[in-house]
Amino acid sequence: MTSCNFPKRGLKMRKAVEYSVQIFSYFALTAAIGGMLWILYTVVMHGMSVLNWEFLTNPSKPYGVPDGGIANALLGTVYITFGAVVIALPPALAGGIYLAEYGRQNRGANIIRFTANVIMGIPSVLVGLFVYAVMVVPSGSFSGLAGSVALAIIMLPVILRTTEDMMRMVPDALRESALALGMSRMRSTLRIVCRSARSGLLTGILLAIARVSGETAPLLFTAMWSDSWPKQYFTNPTANMPVLITEYATNSPFEEMHAAGWGAALIITLLVLCLNLTTRILFKEKKH
Amino acid sequence: MKNVKIAVKNLNFFYGKHQALFDNNLTIESNKITAVIGPSGCGKSTHLRIYNRIFELYPEQRAEGEVLLDGRNILAKDMELLELRRQVGMIFQKPTPFPMSVFDNVAYPLKLHYKVSKKETENLVEEALRGASLWDEVKDKLKSSGLALSGGQQQRLCIARAIAARPEVLLMDEPTSAIDPVATLKIEELLLELKHRFTIVIVTHNMQQAARISDNTCFFYQGRIVEVDETKKIFTNPSNPKTEEYITGRFG
Repeated sequence: MTSCNFPKRGLKMRKAVEYSVQIFSYFALTAAIGGMLWILYTVVMHGMSVLNWEFLTNPSKPYGVPDGGIANALLGTVYITFGAVVIALPPALAGGIYLAEYGRQNRGANIIRFTANVIMGIPSVLVGLFVYAVMVVPSGSFSGLAGSVALAIIMLPVILRTTEDMMRMVPDALRESALALGMSRMRSTLRIVCRSARSGLLTGILLAIARVSGETAPLLFTAMWSDSWPKQYFTNPTANMPVLITEYATNSPFEEMHAAGWGAALIITLLVLCLNLTTRILFKEKKH
Repeated sequence: MKNVKIAVKNLNFFYGKHQALFDNNLTIESNKITAVIGPSGCGKSTHLRIYNRIFELYPEQRAEGEVLLDGRNILAKDMELLELRRQVGMIFQKPTPFPMSVFDNVAYPLKLHYKVSKKETENLVEEALRGASLWDEVKDKLKSSGLALSGGQQQRLCIARAIAARPEVLLMDEPTSAIDPVATLKIEELLLELKHRFTIVIVTHNMQQAARISDNTCFFYQGRIVEVDETKKIFTNPSNPKTEEYITGRFG
């Protein structure tokens, strides 16, 4: 019984540590959720009052003109975001599939991966400046398209990396059984592996959209702002939500424009929330 | 006179620089079940995965030597890989149904390799599912997801999918190790039926399983084939003392 002669560690101390870690976790959780709820509460309180049908369906008006809405900015944001998806999606998906299926270890793939990580770390204002320099200045005009390009640059590495991760979560056994039936590598990748990963791929895309739909800085340099409907997306400044919020909240002396800014903020918050909820639901569906 | 389906000659295998198989020589008889046994990491699965060249998915893996399928070296460069894999089907340790319906799982290899009408496809899918003793259990849920079946059913679905391509050889890599005993028994019974139509090579950890179902048994140890013989002989009177030690449970 010699081994029992060691002095015992006090149980009280161990329990106290356990307890205090628990308390700390609850506190941290409350702070995080509380902060989020506070933001939501503020946006809802300030934004609710202006929300009505006209606000959602009328285009914005120049400074000082009453009864402006946000419909043109809402539509412009849809155009710009959709354009960004069209530009970013093909190379991002193809690249992610390449990285997961063909480039697990080779040098080129590692360079792509590294580059994608670097681009993800670039402040979005720099992306805006870059597009301003290479697109807006040479063409002589701000445009919705330039905004799409800027957002696409931000989206591309995000979709690329999530695509790779989601494809890699598919077990090799599934690839092997597809190949073992006599499928070509390409068919097994597109028909079986992608299919198996599809809800993950969709999640990545939706999250990337959510991520860029609030980006303001890149749009200030590219899409700029306009009070008209976004009819000339390819050639002229195009209205959009983030710039509307910035302009109305910071650049206007009129109280009702401040309120309209809050209303726009509420709408975009709700949209992003919907997008996030959709992705959550999609992801849950996968696990049956 | 033995009816040889596969003849393995001086087969060596490498994972990068690490050699995993050494001078394997072996013949597999037609329409028989050949069991491959041996302790973990001895190279049984590695050996099996050469027969349909599935190892080539991983660029660092390499095989040297000859594997003759009906006299033709499948490791030769001019071997049509996709056709080889139609001829040599494979079942894996964990069931791997595709993320699609039960029907589509089985129809996929059919449509991949053959020009078949819709009606013929329906008949052939039924035939394959019957062949895998699964038809009665799934005939009312052909449209539901293959992933919704139980583990044992999923594995039989994979067998149905494999035989739908009308292969000549079925490779099985521990097909029952992730499945409960009752489902395992069903699959063993199924294999005894299937051997009339196919040549079966099964890797197994379960020596009782090898003794129950196989005609020939091959014992692997440290990447080498120690002994190949009729199953009865291996389990009652092995020639090599190492084999005897393994099957009597003294190591492994």
